[in-house]
Amino acid sequence: MYKIIVLAKQVPDTRNVGKDAMKADGTVNRAALPAIFNPEDLNALELALEIKDQYPGTQITLLTMGPVRAAEILREGMYRGADAGVLLTDKAFAGSDTLATSYALSCAIRKIGGADIIFAGRQAIDGDTAQVGPQVAEKLGIPQITYAEAVIGLKDQVIQVKRRLERGVEVVECKLPVLITAHSTAPDCRPRNAKRMMRFKRATTLSERHSTADDYLATHTDHPGLSITEWCAKDVNSDLVQLGLGGSPTKVRQVENIVFQAKESKVLSTADADIEWLMQELISQHTIG
Amino acid sequence: MNNVCVYCEFEEGKIQEVSYELLTKGRSLANQLNCKLEALLLGENLGGLEKEISRYGVDILYLADDKRLYPYTTLPHTAVAVGLFRETKPQIVLMGATSIGRDLGPRISSSLTSGLTADCTNLEIGEYEDKKAGKKYENLLYQIRPAFGGNIVATIVNPDNRPQMATVREGVMKKEIVSDTHKAEVVYLDAGQFLREEDLVVKIIERHMETSKVNLKNSSIIIAGGYGVGSKENFNLLYELAHAIGAEVGASRAAVDAGFTDKERQIGQTGITVRPKLYIACGISGQIQHIAGMQDSAMVISINNDANAPINKLADYVIQGNLETIIPKMISYYKKNIK
Repeated sequence: MYKIIVLAKQVPDTRNVGKDAMKADGTVNRAALPAIFNPEDLNALELALEIKDQYPGTQITLLTMGPVRAAEILREGMYRGADAGVLLTDKAFAGSDTLATSYALSCAIRKIGGADIIFAGRQAIDGDTAQVGPQVAEKLGIPQITYAEAVIGLKDQVIQVKRRLERGVEVVECKLPVLITAHSTAPDCRPRNAKRMMRFKRATTLSERHSTADDYLATHTDHPGLSITEWCAKDVNSDLVQLGLGGSPTKVRQVENIVFQAKESKVLSTADADIEWLMQELISQHTIG
Repeated sequence: MNNVCVYCEFEEGKIQEVSYELLTKGRSLANQLNCKLEALLLGENLGGLEKEISRYGVDILYLADDKRLYPYTTLPHTAVAVGLFRETKPQIVLMGATSIGRDLGPRISSSLTSGLTADCTNLEIGEYEDKKAGKKYENLLYQIRPAFGGNIVATIVNPDNRPQMATVREGVMKKEIVSDTHKAEVVYLDAGQFLREEDLVVKIIERHMETSKVNLKNSSIIIAGGYGVGSKENFNLLYELAHAIGAEVGASRAAVDAGFTDKERQIGQTGITVRPKLYIACGISGQIQHIAGMQDSAMVISINNDANAPINKLADYVIQGNLETIIPKMISYYKKNIK
């Protein structure tokens, strides 16, 4: 019934960065971190799936811009309930900041034919900017609703969304089409569905089929359920000048490891004498009391 | 033209703290760049606020008072801001990294095809050399921010596109009044000039805002609990100590995620930044993201079982042991010695 696009990103898992993740020169060793489906994008997918629960004819297409291996999250999304995936991949996108990324994504969305609702996670755990969602909305000329926690009503062309803000909640109503960014307080994404896994585990992109040694995979190019759409910059009619590093107004001047000034610490034990001494010190210095 | 402009957030009759902090930073940047400080205030019933804003050294205040501009919704604020900026062409635009700033900032920057850097922890003026293009730039805004989950710090610049936009979290900058008698030139904008019917497509149906019970930013003593506190019940020890010595209770993200206490007590990169006289860290290991929120504390005491906890390197005093033993002793010796 509704056409929904969910924007997703495959990101390095920056939540658990160990020693191996940082190289000696202070740069990030992306290879050392597992690549995951950006958490808030999964919340976004769940909001889309809940609409599909309510309106069974709804079509959900997952769109991601990334390297060839980003197809992994498209399959993951399909295991959870998305109907199709589109991978936007091209060397021309390398070095894109949020503006160049949102430009590329908006071109792909136009090529897909638009949507009634576009969901996206509020922010990705590698960039943490929360900019791509709103910038895509602006480029498509549609309204946006950010910090969405739940869709509380959807009838015909009007949607009602509950937003979670710093100091409370707000309920807004908007006419479709609209772009909605999901907050982590939105419901967690449902798990993989076994039947869907069987159906989609051999779904691949053209690049994956070309690079595989698996003959079965390589020969099944025509089966619709097994094909994940793959587009390059030209396929989505994008203007090269607005892509990649060249199309990015922001540039990284430098990146540094974080170093904190260490202090001379006085180490105390739990003995009464030590604690009493400390409290007396703090009181006499007027730090407390 | 070509000034520094600060978008001021307006909520329930008041201008938000983060906006005052950014006006102070904006004033300092404008002084360095030899240009003016502008402020943009959109909302309803804004009478009297120009006096408040002027005290922070604002030269020009652009103000639009219209019921369509309150409460905040994206499209009306974007329409007025973009319309204004296309005329005034600011070189720098700053706004708070709040749910408003992070909703409005990207919409404006996409409209103007300008670069935006979110959650900056520092802003400086400096030069930049694009070696590939063989170009040198002077007086650019350095937008300094943590990246990659907070594990590195990046300096971002917008060499060519204008305005250079940055959002900054509350508490990162310090606010400072320039003069009680300073008067900004007020330019009244007619919102109707910028708004179209389509901009009003999002309607607010309900709003429940609560004033925060927690005031960490203005507390001179903070007792913060981390994952090491172990449980919601153990957090009571911190509340008891706070009550005894007149402190506020904060927490690390790990403690909040574990459900030991509320999100509004969270200190760190994705929480609040504080600068108390005394910071007592209990069971906090000292992740970079947490330290970023309290490194400017005048004095730090770390109570931890783990002698190698990273936060110990920042502490003036380290008490090694269990907080269930230590905190009650601290409370009783405080009461004994305070007269």
